[in-house]
Amino acid sequence: MTRLPQWADVVLVPLISLLMAGIISALVVLAIGGSPSEVLGTMVTGAVGSSYAWGYTLYYATSFIFTGLAVTVAFHASLFNIGGEGQAQLGGLGVALVCLALPWPHWTLALPAAMLGAAAFGAAWAAIPAWLQARRGSHIVITTIMFNYIGAALIIHLLVNVLRPAGQMDPATARFPAGTDLPTLHEIPGLSLLFDKQVPANVTFFVALVACVLVWILLWRTRLGYQIRAFGRSEPAATYAGISAFKVTMLAMLISGALAGLMSINNVMGESGRLLQNSSEGAGFIGIAVALMGRNHPLGVFLAAILFGFLYQGGAELGLWTTIPIELRIVVQGLVILFTGALDHMVRMMLGVFFRPRRTAVVPA
Amino acid sequence: MDYATLLQILDSTLRLATPLLLACLAGLYSERSGIFDIGLEGKMLMAAMATGAVAALSGSVWLGLLAGIAGAMLLAVVHGLASITFRGNQLISGVALNFVASGLTVLIAQSLFRQGGRTPPLSGAARFNPIELPFAEALRGVPVLGPFYAEVLSGHTALVYVALLMVPVSWWALYRTRFGLRLRAVGENPASVDTAGISVVRLRYTAVAITGVLCGLAGAYMAAGLQAGFGREMTAGRGYIALAALIFAKWRPWYALWATLLFGFLQALALRSDVVTATIGFEVPVPALDALPYVLTVIVLAGFVGRAIPPRAGGEPYVKER
Repeated sequence: MTRLPQWADVVLVPLISLLMAGIISALVVLAIGGSPSEVLGTMVTGAVGSSYAWGYTLYYATSFIFTGLAVTVAFHASLFNIGGEGQAQLGGLGVALVCLALPWPHWTLALPAAMLGAAAFGAAWAAIPAWLQARRGSHIVITTIMFNYIGAALIIHLLVNVLRPAGQMDPATARFPAGTDLPTLHEIPGLSLLFDKQVPANVTFFVALVACVLVWILLWRTRLGYQIRAFGRSEPAATYAGISAFKVTMLAMLISGALAGLMSINNVMGESGRLLQNSSEGAGFIGIAVALMGRNHPLGVFLAAILFGFLYQGGAELGLWTTIPIELRIVVQGLVILFTGALDHMVRMMLGVFFRPRRTAVVPA
Repeated sequence: MDYATLLQILDSTLRLATPLLLACLAGLYSERSGIFDIGLEGKMLMAAMATGAVAALSGSVWLGLLAGIAGAMLLAVVHGLASITFRGNQLISGVALNFVASGLTVLIAQSLFRQGGRTPPLSGAARFNPIELPFAEALRGVPVLGPFYAEVLSGHTALVYVALLMVPVSWWALYRTRFGLRLRAVGENPASVDTAGISVVRLRYTAVAITGVLCGLAGAYMAAGLQAGFGREMTAGRGYIALAALIFAKWRPWYALWATLLFGFLQALALRSDVVTATIGFEVPVPALDALPYVLTVIVLAGFVGRAIPPRAGGEPYVKER
């Protein structure tokens, strides 16, 4: 197979994958009697057509940045963390416990504390699969899937039987105190000129941007990051170089779990103001698509998260304004994962045709 | 707990274990050939939708069953293409296809029937109807065993018996036929199979196709046996429980039967938490019962109760040496 130049691998492969996912989605839309151009139009208007729409797109993107980074860090250690969903929900529990513990006077105090809670709970939920992988050799993919279900059951139990305030019917915690309300983009001075209506995107967006930078520094500018990447490339070589497999597996998964947990700042603290069932709403899984699409680089993750934010907000608008069900976005999400993660060799083979080194004709003497 | 209640729970155990068993055996063929498949859930869902839709449109459950198999097969072929032909990441392919199935089923069902992503309720010939085993009523008077035969074993739909039959059939196919030997070998050491002049690609495609058929049966049973029609996300994680059962069963057919019966029993208990409370004297939260299959699987995976060792070549694409 022809080796692609690096720029083609980084830019073209994800774009072609996205294009193919788009073409198949368009065929699906046609098959169920919709018009792909109308669908795209509705999505563009609803997701990026106004500052109000951007407020939603950025809100979703914020969650996806965290879960995408979570998958990315684990991927670099060659660990496939499908447990982002469970880790994010447990992170939500951490946020709820912190927010409900004290009558927080101001969000600037509540936010760091809640971040610690979210990261700690998310990391804790990743710790057991990580330990099982590192010490007992259980496959991380299977254990993290199992932990998603165990986590969901745990949250349901806690919401129904423990955390639900007396007299409340729906399984949820009490409302967080007013001092934990995070300012939305509408409430931030300066930005409020741009976002003239109340939007769910909040200050967590900036935390997510900082997280992108920190993850980049971690992976490419620290000793631990080097160890993670070396371990991910070749476990025997890393072990031979004195890198502890146990340490790298544990730390990579703990950081991954913490990042997934941090997502809950955005939805639990920033948006709903209390912990609900299934708070992460699949964002943990979208992290897989975001990481694959973003080529496991924080900048790519950021761009892919914006793209999926567009897809999610646009998909919701489809459900509102057209007869196309909202589930179209799950199909697109699945197709993107399929093409970028599993059929990437096929895409490379297709592109390879254009990058084949030109043969110089051998002229017989 | 009296005997009648126990029989009721065992009866629903068998019904709930059937889709798990079919999906678990489905996964067994694929994984024994070295192709990991976490897309069992998606294949079941696709099959359930296809069965529900075609059975509702044609009024025949058998046409529905065929459609279900075709639906699961479609995803199986894509998985095969991604993981065998294009040597992609099998785990990612499985995850991706689960999402595609989750969305696509609702899209298709909605565009066909416009009932909020579900298919119309099935009845009569559009469903699998219970089969009375011979002498069930006559033997009911026999103490202990009579009611067990009449209540638990008799009166299920055809696919329940097919699923049970698939256990010895799979055992025989895996351990007593040439195909089975090669299938197991290709999952352990594909290079040796290749050296013997047998096509790795063909064997693996065959295994993936069998997975498709069995997932088709599982999904058809969900839509037209266990329930009457397809509903959004109706498999509710059963594909993953089947995967858990497969690990629990250490990739062996008879163990798969016991594992899925155990998980089916836990599901049946979760439906009757009142009985659990009455029997053990204190209240167990329903979510704890729901989570038990997953917890058990983690314990088995951790190697505290015997070790579950997957097929050696599982998950790795086979690249022929040149």
